[in-house]
Amino acid sequence: MDILITGLILGGTYALIALGLNLQYGVSRIMNLANGEMLVIGAFAAFTLFTVGQVSPLLTIFLVAPLAYVLNWLIYRIMLRPLVKRAKNRGMLEVDAILTTFGLSFVMVGLMIWAFGGDYFSYSYLARPITVFGDNYGLNRVVAFVCAAILCAALFLWLNVSRAGMAIRAVAVSPENARLVGIDVPKLSARAFALGGAVTAVGGAVISTFLTLDASTGVMFTMKALIIVIMGGVGDVRGTILAALVLGVGETFVASVIDPGLTLVAAYALFILILLFRPQGFFGRKPT
Amino acid sequence: MKTQDWKNLGWSAALLVVAALLPLTNDGYLISLGVSIAMYTVLATSWALFSGPTHYISLATAAFFGIGTYVMGSGIEHLPYWVLLPIAGLIGGVIAALVGLATLRLSGVYFVIFTLGLAEMTRQAVTWYQNQTGHKGTYVLTELTDPDIYWQLLGLAALVFLLGWAIGRSKLGFALRIIGDDEDVARHVGINTALSKIALFVVSGATAAIVGAMIAPRYIYIEPATAFTPMLSFQVVIMALLGGTGRLWGPLVGVIPFTLLWEAISSSFPNQTTLLLGLSFLAIVYLLPGGFVGLYDRLRGRAKKRSAMA
Repeated sequence: MDILITGLILGGTYALIALGLNLQYGVSRIMNLANGEMLVIGAFAAFTLFTVGQVSPLLTIFLVAPLAYVLNWLIYRIMLRPLVKRAKNRGMLEVDAILTTFGLSFVMVGLMIWAFGGDYFSYSYLARPITVFGDNYGLNRVVAFVCAAILCAALFLWLNVSRAGMAIRAVAVSPENARLVGIDVPKLSARAFALGGAVTAVGGAVISTFLTLDASTGVMFTMKALIIVIMGGVGDVRGTILAALVLGVGETFVASVIDPGLTLVAAYALFILILLFRPQGFFGRKPT
Repeated sequence: MKTQDWKNLGWSAALLVVAALLPLTNDGYLISLGVSIAMYTVLATSWALFSGPTHYISLATAAFFGIGTYVMGSGIEHLPYWVLLPIAGLIGGVIAALVGLATLRLSGVYFVIFTLGLAEMTRQAVTWYQNQTGHKGTYVLTELTDPDIYWQLLGLAALVFLLGWAIGRSKLGFALRIIGDDEDVARHVGINTALSKIALFVVSGATAAIVGAMIAPRYIYIEPATAFTPMLSFQVVIMALLGGTGRLWGPLVGVIPFTLLWEAISSSFPNQTTLLLGLSFLAIVYLLPGGFVGLYDRLRGRAKKRSAMA
């Protein structure tokens, strides 16, 4: 029970990060390997504002989200759009995008090490116990989970109910046909990429309340987010959330029963199972 | 073989002999630089054998390299050095085959993601195993000196080049080029795409493992953090792409300037290596797509056009 709840709480924050990546990959078709760095930037912002001005991380979110949106929009327009135009097919774009976002992730890590140093950073926010079903958990974890759950639900509703959300889903399904019904695909791709980045950065601010991070931890989160997106299925919000929870529980199980140093091994075990048995994702249908 | 082939072979052999003379300078710094260049040449060339034609970016070099290092580290007390090299290659090859079987049947993205974390995952597993058995690292004590390692790596490089040349002329090489151009077409003309990709991935995995085993005596003391450095995978990718993967000699042209440059960078800006590595990635994508080989081909194409006009 203890493992299950801790795992679900961790999985909830993973879901937020993975949703950001899924928006970027599913809609803009950019496999963004600098996603984890965006998370660390969000976490850094929360950390700095908290230690300098005692600003609650939950308020920082409202600052991080628009800034990350603009930053990611610029990244897409300036760096990635030329690649989309240059690519002759989806495979070429994938290779170019992977290399570019890799470069970008290294540049971001380098800049953060330069600016903040390579030390671990953490701060103490709402670090008092709270009792859930008879066991004690950190209040910060529970708050982070609730926060992530609200954001996931809002995103899910927005994608499924609003007109803009529908347009985004249309591009995710088929960029060629979306153009035919009057959707401005390049504009929407840029927006989806920016939105994805903003969601991930918010996830970073939330996760920084209970995890210790350093400038180069981003790649670990990128890995996990990628595994979640593939487990859940590209462009599938429900699948992503389910996959994130599965990964959170699986990791917590391995960490508490076998060894805390084996979390990535646990993620890989899940990844291999999915690749072997359901490469199209939890809710995906086999391509015909 | 045509006369052109004989000529190329002759030139390559001559270059190899010149390269093999390097340890005669007796300059420790030059020799250690030579070891780095030879090591990266083997790694980048064998990487390009697979990733060049197929466009599948493998980030698993560090994992195979580390596995090779550990085979040498854990076996050196029980078996002779020369037996361990092929064993390292065999284990590396088998693991590459397993990874390939799981991921290469699917689209390229799965493969990239899987290889991205492979080194880190293997490191975690090895660390865990060592903690369970209660020892931290292993010693590799041999009589081998830097020049010995250098010559071995040169020999391996020659082998990889010969193998690459043979694959390029074989049915398998042809099949891979078709897969790289259009995988659907390849499948429709009856190529077993998964098998061809796995075969080449096994070659590059086994080679990286042998390189790791050869380098192990240089480390003397091996621990997971030194054997599995994720940076190695990225450096190999950059070097190969800088040179260009379209030709067999492409990676070599990238390895030499990059190794020298990197040597200079890491001694004068040790804290900015990550940033500079990132910038070189971006520079290659935006300024030099296709690498030096691509540039050479474009310039030659332009020259040809001009002479045709005149």
